[in-house]
Amino acid sequence: MNASNDRIAPWTAYVIVGIGALIMLAPFYFMFVFATQSRTEIFSLPPPVWFGDDFLDNLKILTDRLPFWRNLGWSLYVALASTALTLLFCSMGGYAFALFEFRFKNALFALVMGTMLLPSFMNMIPTFMIMDALGWIDQPRALYVPGAASAFGIFLMRQFVTTSIPKDLIEAARMDGCSELSIYARIVLPLLKPALGTLGLITFIASWNNFIGPLIVMRSPENYTLPLALRSLQSPVDTEWGALMTGSAIATIPLVILFILSSRQLIAGLTAGAVK
Amino acid sequence: MKLPRALQLSPVWTPYVLLSPFVVLFCIFGLFPLAFSLYLAFQTWEPTSGLTAMSFVGLDNFVFSLQDEWFWKSLKNTAWLAVASGVPQHLVAIPLAVFIHNSFVRSRNAVVGAYFLPYITSTVAIAILFSSLFSTDFGLVNAGLRALFGGEPIDWLGRPENIKPAIAMIVFWRYVGFNVVLYLAALQTIPKDLYEAATMDGAGRLQQFFFITLPSLKPMIYFGVTLSVIGGLQLFEEPFILTGGRGGSDQSGMTTAIYLYRMAFDFNDFGAASAMSWLLFFVVVVLTWLTNRAFKPRGGSA
Repeated sequence: MNASNDRIAPWTAYVIVGIGALIMLAPFYFMFVFATQSRTEIFSLPPPVWFGDDFLDNLKILTDRLPFWRNLGWSLYVALASTALTLLFCSMGGYAFALFEFRFKNALFALVMGTMLLPSFMNMIPTFMIMDALGWIDQPRALYVPGAASAFGIFLMRQFVTTSIPKDLIEAARMDGCSELSIYARIVLPLLKPALGTLGLITFIASWNNFIGPLIVMRSPENYTLPLALRSLQSPVDTEWGALMTGSAIATIPLVILFILSSRQLIAGLTAGAVK
Repeated sequence: MKLPRALQLSPVWTPYVLLSPFVVLFCIFGLFPLAFSLYLAFQTWEPTSGLTAMSFVGLDNFVFSLQDEWFWKSLKNTAWLAVASGVPQHLVAIPLAVFIHNSFVRSRNAVVGAYFLPYITSTVAIAILFSSLFSTDFGLVNAGLRALFGGEPIDWLGRPENIKPAIAMIVFWRYVGFNVVLYLAALQTIPKDLYEAATMDGAGRLQQFFFITLPSLKPMIYFGVTLSVIGGLQLFEEPFILTGGRGGSDQSGMTTAIYLYRMAFDFNDFGAASAMSWLLFFVVVVLTWLTNRAFKPRGGSA
């Protein structure tokens, strides 16, 4: 028998898992600490481990060097627009895939799912050229329109409709003379609310964090979204690290708050492809 | 409000109407770019001369890429990073998930949340933070290492041999929590009576881990490793920020995704960049297939 083994194991588990969790969270802690320290303080020995009082000075440098509030506004605008379009188009498409029969349905669905596995670098160059041809370079719509064709969104919506909206309900509404569009708007959409919440969160976060997209299509600093604006502050010789940390912290705080409010829903949604 | 009968959609047409916005966007921004990128791989083109100035060059772009030293170097860097950041993720995530599964009940969501948080935060913000943590003279990483082990400070981002481990550490930190969640979900599906029977037969915890838990996790390990392979081979943002967009000293932090970005946007060779993206895609497909082979049950061995 392994009695001793059984008694020790939970205790070791607590210590290992706990230390690991601290290591995971430590970088966030230092990001927020550094956001309140000046450049010279960040790079002193020993480095600061507690909050300082340079947050406002850092913010001043940030707003002097960058159109920071405008960048923040663009990030928010692009993320909201992207979320709204994705929710609308993917809920419509997912509903159609789940409860209708039509020609080429399975082939089309397979094609959409196939693109979900395509690496992002495949799209980098042609996306630039299409945006160039459309005249969308340096336009925020180049960021939120393409994202609305989200294969993941279609997958999530179809999955949810299939498992939680009975076909009989739709048939009954049809018998009662409900038009097709009002079935979607008045019956399907309200029932989809939890899934819309999950997809909305995921889309918002993905757009907020998106770096490659803006890197390829955005040209003028006043149209930059936050990640691109922050990276433009990095320079080989004279990087304002304090200001950069303040900017990074401001970009991170909304995500941390969203995550604390909805971590279970988010984790379940982000691993939906893996965990049925 | 009720529409007149003639304007109402019939159920036959409804799916097409519902799908049309998605399908239109999907064709323009999903399928067309792919087809176009394949076409471009056989053309020579640089953006300043306008879209009409393309000309067919056969396999030239592929030949050029395969003879390009930097392309090979970028592939080696990418492979190194994919392995060094990917393998430890699973070696750590599996026991972590087992510990959390067995010993955490009430605080489980908080603990899982702590591990998962890096996955949803901005790569750029994270990479910027780590550039300061990895600073040679004043960075916290070196301060910590010196306090624990002494020795000289390590020039993480300046010396070619140190950039890759620094990048791998960040990637590991960012994705290990995602894998923990995958394995936790898989652990919940293992029937409890398997463990009860094993305990009755006198199997210790380690034996149970190796003979019940690991074999039951195999499908999820396959899935997780596949995701790590696909993700590792497209690494872009972390090394891009850490090396200031250039690949670092001696190009030792330059992944293939960064190289093909530079090939297009710094060196203006869109044809070669497209060819490289298809070559890298080919590598992704082959490695995914090999992973599949490695995990496939053969001749009854479970």
